[in-house]
Amino acid sequence: MTEVLSDSFALAGRQMRHIRRMPEQLLGITVMPVAFVLVFGYLFGSAMQVPGQGGYKEYIMAGIFAQVMLANLTTTAIGVVEDLNNGLVDRFRALPISRSSVLLGRTTADLVLVGWTSAIMAVVGYLIGWRAHNGVLQTLAGFGLLLLMGFAMSWLGALVGLSLRSPEAVSALSGVVMMPLAFLSNAFVPPEGLPGWMRVVVEWNPVSAVVSAARDLFGNERGASSGAFPSEHPVIAALVVLLALLAVVVPLAGRAYQRAAARR
Amino acid sequence: METAISAEGLRKRYGDHQALDGIDLEVPAGTILGVLGPNGAGKTTTVRILATLLDPDEGRATVAGYDLATQAKLIRANVGLTGQYAAVDERLTGRENLQLIGTLLRLGRKGARARADELLEKFSLVDAADRMAKTYSGGMRRRLDLAASLVAAPPVLFLDEPTTGLDLTSRLALWEMIKEQVDAGVTVLLTTQYLEEADQLADRIAVIDKGVVIADGTPDELKREVGGERLEVSVASLADLTAATRVLADVSPQEPVVDRDSRTVSVPLAGGVNTIAAAATGLERLGIEPQDFAVRRSSLDDVFLALTGQRGADEDPAGPTGPAQQDDQAAQAEQQKEMQAA
Ligand SMILES: Nc1ncnc2c1ncn2[C@@H]1O[C@H](COP(=O)(O)OP(=O)(O)OP(=O)(O)O)[C@@H](O)[C@H]1O
Ligand SMILES: [Mg+2]
Repeated sequence: MTEVLSDSFALAGRQMRHIRRMPEQLLGITVMPVAFVLVFGYLFGSAMQVPGQGGYKEYIMAGIFAQVMLANLTTTAIGVVEDLNNGLVDRFRALPISRSSVLLGRTTADLVLVGWTSAIMAVVGYLIGWRAHNGVLQTLAGFGLLLLMGFAMSWLGALVGLSLRSPEAVSALSGVVMMPLAFLSNAFVPPEGLPGWMRVVVEWNPVSAVVSAARDLFGNERGASSGAFPSEHPVIAALVVLLALLAVVVPLAGRAYQRAAARR
Repeated sequence: METAISAEGLRKRYGDHQALDGIDLEVPAGTILGVLGPNGAGKTTTVRILATLLDPDEGRATVAGYDLATQAKLIRANVGLTGQYAAVDERLTGRENLQLIGTLLRLGRKGARARADELLEKFSLVDAADRMAKTYSGGMRRRLDLAASLVAAPPVLFLDEPTTGLDLTSRLALWEMIKEQVDAGVTVLLTTQYLEEADQLADRIAVIDKGVVIADGTPDELKREVGGERLEVSVASLADLTAATRVLADVSPQEPVVDRDSRTVSVPLAGGVNTIAAAATGLERLGIEPQDFAVRRSSLDDVFLALTGQRGADEDPAGPTGPAQQDDQAAQAEQQKEMQAA
């Protein structure tokens, strides 16, 4: 077990070196979310009707955080495909190291990056007026839950990358799957005003559960519960969904890695 | 002699394509086996199976004394693999690439650094050691790749087309490095499409085609099997070629091989000097003045042609161009290959 951890650590260090070598990459992954915070907070803020006193700035932050976590799927998938296609996966698989450490190293490194992005976003959010109202512990719990989502998405991304094996296919799939997941959730729009069937979809969308949970933990208003379970108990629902997803996806990704063969 | 690699009846199927159809191999410790075969013969599949990257559908193998089915991790600890396409992390420097492998092999921070320095030195990469591998030429990348597979100082080495796409200078340099390994007692299984490479490096050669070993032996044995020495006659006109063919057919028990493009005809030299004399007399009687009349030892090229019905890859793709340019071309060729593959 300690071997797995130290190998993962060495492999995660490899990605950190990539970043150090090309800091503009880091800038690249941070600019979009920060722009989201500013655009939604400032531009749309005045036009949107949301529950509570905090206004749209308070409402939207948890949504943008969740959107960033969702996008972590693509980051990991693309990274895995790259390693697969330039032969590094073969190189690592031919070494007498635990095979789980390669994926664990990558998902950990991607988690660190997404954590960094979140920290910057939180600072920018604070500057434009976003506040968490429930004290340090609950706020940290909120970030913890969001990062758990980022980690789960990362493992799902590893599985997707190992299965699709081409960057084009990964981009196409993530476009098709992630847009509806993000926009058919309560991340950007309160579900109250939506037509009936759409509202049901939004309420049961797992992304909504994570977003609601984060809003609750941050003490940001999210309006009245509709009575659906994920809306009544968002923290429990979010934890169950994310842990179940990890329980399914981690072994599957591990198996896909064992068999991994670049398509040539 | 001790056996370092042995495979029995390896089979692998992709969809409805039988990539390997029962491969048997045997490599004594401390020797080089050259696996020769055209595109798609199953060379890479064989290597990937023996390096534990791919499970065979059927068959057994032992590598470095360990069983493929049950002791994969021990095999991994005892083999180095250089795949067909250089596997280096482009965004790390050469030194970092080697250190990462060393760390993963638990050499410790100091040990990994020392081993990296040693290999950089040995593979003439010291000057480029702290540049990103992205900036390396095809030849440098190949050397780094080979160095990476040697970090653990493994007793068994798999090299899948290690010199494809390299210019002559880089190829010769790599040959030297491979020979050094064997002198140090390492067992090497090397695949190649270059007949000359197998001839130069290998103690024994296995020719595979369509997933089966169709011949094996020492380079000399293979050449002898396919006909030993040949008498080769080139003439000036196609009319002369027809006549010369008739003459050679008379002096040899076997059918002459005719190449109309080069107006050359040849036969196996079964009867030694008598055959030569008879052929010369015959040609003279018909008044044919050969442009070339020579005895030629059959090359592995002939072996390959005779066995598989097709020519091996051409040697030295980049002729008289300068080394730097050649490296570029090689890199391009490799890139193209990779792009086609993707
Ligand atoms: N992952 C795969 N899926 C489907 N078919 C495959 C796969 N890998 C190899 N093949 C097929 O198996 C056969 C043997 O392939 P292999 O890569 O072992 O050949 P090779 O001798 O290494 O050829 P080359 O000289 O081109 O590298 C080929 O016909 C190839 O198309
Ligand atoms: Mg091959």
